[in-house]
Amino acid sequence: MFSRQFEYLAPTSLDDALSALASTPGAKIMSGGQSLIPLMKLRLFSPGTVVDIGRIDGLGDIVERDDHISIGALVRHNQTASDPLVAEHATALGQAAAWTGDHQVRNRGTTCGAMAHADIAADQPAAAIALGATMVARSSSGEREIPAQEFFVDALTSALSDDEILVELRVPTSTNGSTSAYDKLGRRGGHTDYAVAGVAVWVQVTDGSVSDARIGVTGVGTRPSLAEAAASALIGTDGNDEAITDAAALVTDGITVIEDLYGSVEYKTHLAKVFTERALRQALAG
Amino acid sequence: MQVSLTVNGRTQTAEIESRTLLVHYLREHLNLTGTHVGCETSYCGACTVLVDGKAIKSCTMLAVQTEGAAITTIEGLANGELHPVQQGFVERHGLQCGFCTPGMIMSAVALLDENDSPSEDEIRHGIEGNLCRCTGYHNIVKSIEYAAATMRGDDPPASDWEDES
Repeated sequence: MFSRQFEYLAPTSLDDALSALASTPGAKIMSGGQSLIPLMKLRLFSPGTVVDIGRIDGLGDIVERDDHISIGALVRHNQTASDPLVAEHATALGQAAAWTGDHQVRNRGTTCGAMAHADIAADQPAAAIALGATMVARSSSGEREIPAQEFFVDALTSALSDDEILVELRVPTSTNGSTSAYDKLGRRGGHTDYAVAGVAVWVQVTDGSVSDARIGVTGVGTRPSLAEAAASALIGTDGNDEAITDAAALVTDGITVIEDLYGSVEYKTHLAKVFTERALRQALAG
Repeated sequence: MQVSLTVNGRTQTAEIESRTLLVHYLREHLNLTGTHVGCETSYCGACTVLVDGKAIKSCTMLAVQTEGAAITTIEGLANGELHPVQQGFVERHGLQCGFCTPGMIMSAVALLDENDSPSEDEIRHGIEGNLCRCTGYHNIVKSIEYAAATMRGDDPPASDWEDES
């Protein structure tokens, strides 16, 4: 399978990439290419110009800075999955990255690329919204920060403008008593492949009770969404089994669950509850 | 576009279309047909090669993205004698039709490079990106266990048929 012809640009600086993007209508950014290349080969998408950011230095690091950890645009899934800072401050994101694609895909694909691609069943976006992450978008006219829950607009549609590059994902550093976890059913069973349903949770426990919580759900709707009713139900409880079950029962409230090749509305609703319970138990045990 | 890279230790320079996939560059420009084209949708892993030591799917990478990179294909493994992973596939009957084999072996080489004593579970997860349609996973796992042992200098585990005798 071959894609249609396209012009390939591989700038070595972010400024050059941004000006190429600004001056070339319809140009598309490529980082790892693990979602873009299959789409182009299937000719579902045929950009006239591809701007490969893979040769730009300085985008491939995970660093701790002030009140957050920063994940650069070229950080691969495998790097996110094995990084000690991610494991400490963003456990759910590390787990989601470890269960993205397969080994070969994780060696090429990038965490930020998975965000920008905005697949409805991608794992890491659920973790990003549960962790209260921020997307940093840059264009030739400046930089803006987009809260993760506003970033995912619809299927394969993010809040990025045509002239913007997602240069960084920022995850708040964990404070005392906050933990997170992600669990899913993959399309090929276990944790393998895209999520039929996946749930990321972030909880903060203060003096034995849940003082704050966020729950991000992927795979069941047209975009990763916060399950606000379920999180509200958990806050104020001591996080016991009954509180977890009661909260999980509300996980798809306000989310339009869609049927697809991998499951009915009823089945996916059930899975979302099960994985909310499992992720909450894991986070509250940690 | 021009691309310069190293394939199995030899420097190559080519003038190719930007849409040329790495797998087609290897097979059709360099005649290295050991790397197979299977599903073409990034699922099956038959096209797995090493790029700078990391296993990747060469059907999902543009050849122009490999500028300056070092590629290892199945043809680059044997050095006068078979690579221990290749020998493991011989000793433990790790293939039936052989179509998935080059990709399986490249994934196994990458796995053993990171972990010289993988458990059975780690081996099975290590080849999650490679599909075998002969359902030969059992012997593939045994082949990789054989290779891991010989690469460590240990005696390989007994084969299933030796167990039964």
